[in-house]
Amino acid sequence: MTVRARAVSLISGGLDSMLATKMVLDQGVDVVGINIYTGFCITGHTQAIRFKHKEKPKRNNALWVADQLGVELHILDVVAEYKDIVIHPKHGYGAHLNPCLDCKGLMVRKAREWMERHGFDFVLTGEVLGQRPKSQLKSKLPIVARDSGTEDLLLRPLSAKLLRPTLPERNGWVDRDRLGAISGRSRRGQIALAKAYGFTGYAQPAGGCCFLTDANYSAKLRDFWRYREKKDYELDDIMLLKVGRHLRPRPHFKMIIARDEGENRFLQGYCRRFTHLTSDSHPGPVVLLDGETNDEDVALAARVTARFGKGRDEQEVRVRVTAMDGSARIMSVSPWSSEQIPEDWYL
Amino acid sequence: MSRFTLDARNLICPLPVVRTQEKVEQLRSGDELEVVCTDPGVLHDIPAWCRIHGHEVIEAVEREGELVVRLRVRKLEG
Ligand code: SF4
Repeated sequence: MTVRARAVSLISGGLDSMLATKMVLDQGVDVVGINIYTGFCITGHTQAIRFKHKEKPKRNNALWVADQLGVELHILDVVAEYKDIVIHPKHGYGAHLNPCLDCKGLMVRKAREWMERHGFDFVLTGEVLGQRPKSQLKSKLPIVARDSGTEDLLLRPLSAKLLRPTLPERNGWVDRDRLGAISGRSRRGQIALAKAYGFTGYAQPAGGCCFLTDANYSAKLRDFWRYREKKDYELDDIMLLKVGRHLRPRPHFKMIIARDEGENRFLQGYCRRFTHLTSDSHPGPVVLLDGETNDEDVALAARVTARFGKGRDEQEVRVRVTAMDGSARIMSVSPWSSEQIPEDWYL
Repeated sequence: MSRFTLDARNLICPLPVVRTQEKVEQLRSGDELEVVCTDPGVLHDIPAWCRIHGHEVIEAVEREGELVVRLRVRKLEG
């Protein structure tokens, strides 16, 4: 009896890793999926906090892919070690705060560690030659293989025929002839392959796979670092950067203003850790105050809070200010008009 | 068989699944786990995770504004 080779596949939830996994599964290899959670991942649900995305399927794409392919999926939480990569990327950032090359190195390393722990044979990814400006150029692929310590054990099935044969190919665990020769930024090859496999309903995220490729998110993270005077973060900090409008009226404090019911509920979960404001007389947003605030700051925040509620056109709105210890007071304020809020407060 | 609960409120995807995964690792076949969440996506994701790993979903429902998934751990005892 021949022993089937066993591979660990990095499944992101996108089409490429789905295709790469399928290609290898079809060659009779046993595959287990690994999905890496960095804290910055864009998932259907982060979007789904907001009500306007209600119609979209609320699902985790990596789990969906694994379920479709019938492979096990383990989600690895790397939030703690990821910090170092975001704060001091060895290979620098991409267009925004995305440390793609370091990130890929870490993800593949995690897959390698899993492979070694469980006695698997090799690692595969959905990387495509020349697809992304930063990490998937031919010159960059060897860096990922080296940094992750996988070297010859890292197979990129979609582009394999354009790359040097790896150990899984040389050992005959996979047949190189049945692997792909896809390269470049056009998605044509992948779409055709998806069609051939009969895949439908797969996720096609616009932009990158995480918030760090987003200009607005990166600006908020930079602002966060600048005013904390420290390049560091906790998971909750980076979560909150994904939610609400962020306004910085003064250098020492910022307001996080919910945009809809979903965000209201989400921010409510943080009410014991921030002074928060809500409108008592009209429906309106939950607003968190991040920073040390004095009475004058709170009065200003109350008027801005009133501006974003249903009472914005009233003479007076009652705003409830609740401290972290739960003690509350009511302030009657006249809402600001949108013109009174300077543009440069918006982050 | 024992019953356990896991509070995954205020966690957003994929953390409820990650916490479920960690908890189930410590449990034995036949144990029952109730996961209480606020992210509506768990109604799809925890059942999908269970399907992939062979655990049984007893129910996945919305209850008083929260999402509750009850599952029975199935493991090959060895
Ligand atoms: S887009 Fe984000 S998750 Fe993807 S490689 Fe770059 S840093 Fe990593």
